Amino acid sequence: MDALVEISGLTKRYGDTLAVDGVDLTVLPGEVYGFLGPNGAGKTTTLRILTGLIAPTSGDVRVLGGKPGQADVLGRTGSMIESPAFYPYLSGLDNLRLLAEYAGVSRRRIDEVLELVDLADRAQDRFSTYSLGMKQRLGVAAALLKDPELVILDEPTNGLDPVGMRDMRRLIRELGTGGRTVVLSSHLLGEVQQICDRVGIINSGRMVAEHNVEELRGEQELVVRADPKDRAQAILTRFGNVHQYDDTLRVTVDPARAAEVNSVLVGAGIAVSELHMTERALEDIFFELTTEEKADVG
Amino acid sequence: MLGSYRAEMLKLRKRSAVWVLFGAGLVLSLIFGYLLPYLSYTTGDENPSTGGVPRAEVLRGMLPERVIDNTIGGYPIFAGALALVLGAIVIGGEYTWGTLKTILTQRPRRGTILGAQFLALGTMIALWVLGIFIACALCSVGIAAAESGSMTWPSIGTLAQGLTGGWLVLMTWCLAGAVLAVAFRNVALPIGLGVVWILGIETLLAGVVSSLLPGLKWLTNTLPGTNAGSLVFSVTGMGSSDAPPGVRDAVGGGRALLTLFAYCAVFAALSLWTTRRRDVT
Repeated sequence: MDALVEISGLTKRYGDTLAVDGVDLTVLPGEVYGFLGPNGAGKTTTLRILTGLIAPTSGDVRVLGGKPGQADVLGRTGSMIESPAFYPYLSGLDNLRLLAEYAGVSRRRIDEVLELVDLADRAQDRFSTYSLGMKQRLGVAAALLKDPELVILDEPTNGLDPVGMRDMRRLIRELGTGGRTVVLSSHLLGEVQQICDRVGIINSGRMVAEHNVEELRGEQELVVRADPKDRAQAILTRFGNVHQYDDTLRVTVDPARAAEVNSVLVGAGIAVSELHMTERALEDIFFELTTEEKADVG
Repeated sequence: MLGSYRAEMLKLRKRSAVWVLFGAGLVLSLIFGYLLPYLSYTTGDENPSTGGVPRAEVLRGMLPERVIDNTIGGYPIFAGALALVLGAIVIGGEYTWGTLKTILTQRPRRGTILGAQFLALGTMIALWVLGIFIACALCSVGIAAAESGSMTWPSIGTLAQGLTGGWLVLMTWCLAGAVLAVAFRNVALPIGLGVVWILGIETLLAGVVSSLLPGLKWLTNTLPGTNAGSLVFSVTGMGSSDAPPGVRDAVGGGRALLTLFAYCAVFAALSLWTTRRRDVT
């Protein structure tokens, strides 16, 4: 399957600062790709390069088979980079009308995207009167105006309240299931875990991982809270790898053996107060990877 | 290109600041071209503001025959400053609002978008010139009718030459505002620097050069304000004595025309070169 976005060895330097350092990244057709990283990691710089707003210092970047910023590529790409930026004195509708003029899009499509982001009722109001959530939704509407093959959204849930975040996640999931390819950057790990098929994790300008979400989260673990912990840990090593996490012990073991684990511990006179299966959250992996990276750099 | 032009016209049409600037230019033109002269005419020679100018001469300056003088007489200074503000707010606003990234990620290339912006500004300036001309024409007709003055109009060629010259003067200052806005990615600084240049620096330089450094007159004769004033002088019927501030015969009309064209070309090229090369961060 040909990749829609292919980046290899991408570097962007501002004076002495290396914002992006040899990033490799591949986005496949039809997937929702999560681009994760802490603030200042290089996510937005990479996305700006993808949309042709800034030129890379070195490296090879292909978007939809062409170079970023080419008219044909831009015509098939919808994007919202950082905060949505529109003309404050114009209404939401007029802002979309002028973008439609630039992009050569029909008026009918404006109505469709306004309905899609649930903004039709307020379309005649000035952009400056919109709430943050409405501004974000108008940004997404603008990104979808060209009915693009590739949608690039940079922190689309920034500043939204919980209801707004839920609606935005639902919208992005719908985009993904509709056959579009979505590149979504975020520092909200739960959000990416819920929405994305694959993730790339960037830290200090370098890609530290790129996997399917499930691959990245790895095997399930059995969480055990027991007393005394030392003796419990010694016994649990018979079942699999054991590590401590907060006040609990975590064992990599087949979920079907949970009852057996409990029986052995109780039989050895150990009090078990908690026993359940868990999956590693993306958050744990993210912190492991970004902390390692910092340690390596340090 | 046509779609981008329509988009730019929509932005200009719906922006109140554009019409406020036009309104300011219009009101100032009417005040200095008709209201103050008419007051001095009606109050007679006793008014010290007429400075001994015969009343018939004051009236003649307000009649249809001199409509071009009153339409574009203020362009080298105050209307020029307003045009510079227009260029700065239109182009600089894209940077301060961050909308540049929004429009550059649509389909057209950067050069096309900037070209459409300049074309739309040129159209708006033409509407300004036409609007001020119509208002001045109506005033002159009203005064001629009220004072039984002559209804003789300048020839079509003279009118066209005057209005085109006025448009070029305003377009030069508008593009100066635009290139400063691109350079500073801002609105306030270009307006500050540009207006100080138009209203102060050029006049100061001309004064210093004529009194202290006459050998450098060639330098002041290359400045945009000097050439704007010279072009307006050459396409109107003003004499050196009755020309408003900034309008004078420092250089010939042909040279002034070419110099202003050159400034427009340089300002547009610099804006284009910078916009195409620079990262949008």
